[in-house]
Formats: sequence, C-alpha cells, structure tokens
Amino acid sequence: MKMTEWLQSIVGLVLAPLMVGVIQRVKAWMGGRKGQPLLQCYYELWKLAQKGGVYSRASTWILRLGTVAVAGVLMMATLMVPVGGTRGVISFPGDVAAFVLLLGLARVLTVLGGLDTGSSFEGMGASREMLLGVLSEPVILLTFAVLVRWTAHASLAEVCEATRGAAWSSEWPVAVLLFAAVWVLLLMEAGRVPVDDPATHLELTMIHEVIVLDHSGPELALMQYAHALKMWVWSVICVNMVVPGLGAWWKDLVCGVGGVFGVAMGVGVIESSMARWRLNKLPHLGAGGLALVLLAFLIDMWRG
Amino acid sequence: MNEITDIVMVGLVLTCLLLLGSSRLGAYIQIVAGQGVVTALVPLVMHGAEVGLQGIVVSAVTLVMKGIVFPRLLFRALYAAGVRREVEAYVSFPMSVLAGVAMLACAFWLSWRFGLGETVSGLAIPVALLMVLTGLFLIVSRVLALTQVVGYLTLENGIYLLSVVLVPQQLFVIEMGILLDAFVAVFVMGIMIFHISREFDHIDTQAMDELADWQRSGGEER
Repeated sequence: MKMTEWLQSIVGLVLAPLMVGVIQRVKAWMGGRKGQPLLQCYYELWKLAQKGGVYSRASTWILRLGTVAVAGVLMMATLMVPVGGTRGVISFPGDVAAFVLLLGLARVLTVLGGLDTGSSFEGMGASREMLLGVLSEPVILLTFAVLVRWTAHASLAEVCEATRGAAWSSEWPVAVLLFAAVWVLLLMEAGRVPVDDPATHLELTMIHEVIVLDHSGPELALMQYAHALKMWVWSVICVNMVVPGLGAWWKDLVCGVGGVFGVAMGVGVIESSMARWRLNKLPHLGAGGLALVLLAFLIDMWRG
Repeated sequence: MNEITDIVMVGLVLTCLLLLGSSRLGAYIQIVAGQGVVTALVPLVMHGAEVGLQGIVVSAVTLVMKGIVFPRLLFRALYAAGVRREVEAYVSFPMSVLAGVAMLACAFWLSWRFGLGETVSGLAIPVALLMVLTGLFLIVSRVLALTQVVGYLTLENGIYLLSVVLVPQQLFVIEMGILLDAFVAVFVMGIMIFHISREFDHIDTQAMDELADWQRSGGEER
C-alpha cells in the first residue's frame, strides 16, 4: 500500500536526529551524568536553520550546492531503505546498485564541499574521508553481492524482506556474519568510535567534524542532518536481519524502529567503552569487515 | 545437535581469524587454549548420549591439557623470557586475516575434492583443514619463537578435530597419541625458549640465522 510506504519513509526522515540524541544519552548515562535532552539534535538543527551563513572568501557555489545535494542524496537513500519490511517509496529491481552509488555520491559531494573552502584542515579531512571510502566500499559492495546471491532478489526491499529475522532461522551463520559486517560498516560510515570520535574537536584527530569546519548556519544544519540520515540508513540494514517479522505492517514498523534505536544504544555503549583507534589501524578494521563478508560468502556458497 | 555443532564450527573459524589478526602474545596463548577446549568438547557434542566412559575420559584429559597445562607452560616460558609481549610479523595483520579467508576457500575446495562423505556438520572438515593451514601460516609468518609454538598447537588442534570428525568410533590410541605429541612439544619448546632468551637476550628469530660465535669472532671472508 502506498500509504505505508510513505509512512515508513517519513518516519525515517523525521526520527533520524533522535538516534543522535539516544547515543548521546547512553554515553552520558554510562558516564554517570544526566546528559542532553533527547531532542537536542532537533533544537540544534532549528537554531542553525535560523542563522545566516558565513562563507569563506575562497568558497564558490560548489559549497552551497554541495551541502544541499548531500542532504538530498541521503534523503533519497532513506526513501529507499525498508524499515521493518515495508518497502520504501523508491523501489525498483536493481536498486541495490543505485543505493550503493547514492552513498558513494554523498561521500564525493561531502569531500568536494570540504575542498571548496580552500582551507587546509578541510583538505586533511577530505583525504581521510576518502581513505575511509577506500576501506569501506569493498565491504559495502561485497555485502550487497552476498545478500543478492543469498536471496536471489535484486531490489533492496525484496532483499530485506527475504532476510528479515534470518538470524533466528536455519541460515543463521550467514545472517550473523553479515550483521557483524554491517555493524563494522555502520561504525566506519557513520564515523563512530573506533573510527572517529564525534566528540573530539582537535583538528589533528577529526575526520568528519573537520570537513564541516567552515560550514555554518543552514549548511551546517544540512550536513548534520545528512550525517544522522546516514546512520539511520545503515542501522536499518544492520538490524533487518535480526528483527523477525511479526505479521501486521505496523507491528513490523514499530519493531524495526525499536531495533534501530537498539542499534543506537549499542553504538553508545561501544563509544563509552572504547577509545578511538590510531588512524593507521583503520585498515585492520576494514580487513576485519572484509573477512566477515567473505566468510559469509564462502559459507553461503558451501551450503547453497 | 547439528545446530550446536554448526555454532562450534563457526566459532572455531572466528578463533582462527582472531589468531591471525592479533598482535598481543597473551592473546595468542589464550585464544589457542580456548580453541583447544572447544575442540576437546566436540566429540561430546557429536556423540551426545552415546558417549561412553572412554569418550568422557579422553575429552576430560584433553580439556585439562589444552585448557590448563599448555597455557601455564607457555605463560611461564613467556614470563621467564621477559620479552616485550607484542608480535611482529613478516605478513601484516590485515593481510594475514585476508590470507586466512583465502585459506578457508582453499579448505572448502580441498574438502570438496577429498569427497569424504557426510560428517556431523558440513563445515567440520573445512574448519579442521583451516586450522591446520592457519597453524602453518602462523609458524611461517611470525617472528617470535613463542608464536611458532602457538602455530604448532593450532596445527595439532586441527588434526585432532579432523580425527574426531572422521573416525566414527573414538580410538583411544589416536587421540592419546596426538595429545602426547603436543605435550612433549610444548614442554620441550618451553624449555628451549627459556634457554634461547637467556643466551641471546631475545627470542627474535630474525636475528638467529647466524652462529653466535661466528659473529663474535668476526666471521670468515666469504
């Protein structure tokens, strides 16, 4: 039904900043503090949207267009992702490839916007962001290749429908390994500990925060919103294999959203218990994710 | 029962990858001890209710040896040698992990070519072969002498798992033989490592390819 598709997409677009709030609250609770209000991200987006932007003299229209384009591309990706088995608004055969390319496009536009400001800090952040891309894109491509091969469907909605709750079925080895691999991808793409600490603002150690150092006002609001959307998208794909299907579409939607916030709490716990790794250890994480996906592929081929 | 065996097999694959990607010596010894304990429990899981007194005795002895005795001997050798507890490798750690996955692919292909028929879990023979290959890889690609012992123990774990899965009735001779082999090896190698470290002040095999007194006397013209 069309209404359910629009409903679950709008749920994604609206609730993504709440994930950030949940992660911050979990971190504060684990540190013995009360922490920010859950809706803090929404207050910040509203505050930034009211302000005017300050642009460096070296920046051109690429910066302004780039931020709007990043938010638009990631909103499209959110419209494609099925929460709780309901297909998204944008869904067609072969849209798995379109999804991967949309995420890659978002990364390229972020980097271009950062480079356009002409500051060396953003250049450093851009090179680190591309390093993360080099490490995570083989894992992304292989994950979707394994999913497509495993379920013999080529559309993201159908793949997620077929693998829903697969971690509790007889195909659990492949499902659990893919869950772990997508969790690693979530940490790498959303820039969470151990890849990048979102709380640090020392230029030498930032990755994502440093690219948006010269963005201000509405541009900064769009980049923060896009970042939250990226986290939402990967959490939905991650939790899809673990949350079983319940029958009614609204029950599945509620369980799917609950699963996503469960993932947010897990990310918060990991962030509170680990420190960020040195940058030269990032290939270790990439290799670990790649090994998990390849394991899933081998086990799927052996069994199937 | 099949499900539990599958869980055990996937867990063993992950321990092999952990061994390949780890850089702390203490972690090596603990992971290989855990692997040994899990492998010792596989016959109990496989045979379920029909395990006899002989099976329980074999599993118990193997568990005690691999879970308690070997780690104790190795940790004692480690502390006596007094080296920095970090492993260096000829092959970098990410490449080792990917090589481990390639070895798993080889193991799948090999077990398909062997055509050994149905065993308790479809993954059992490939996982045993993976453990053998991982042990060999660790022996070849790590620098410290202690990691060679750990690689040897992984190799023995793989052989043990293969014998348990393939031989239908539990032959006392085979399993006790493997265990005795491993015990003597660890004991002797532990003593050797202690003596090596006392003689050279390190257990770095990269520096051991020339005779000590050859170096001291200036060597001969080549």
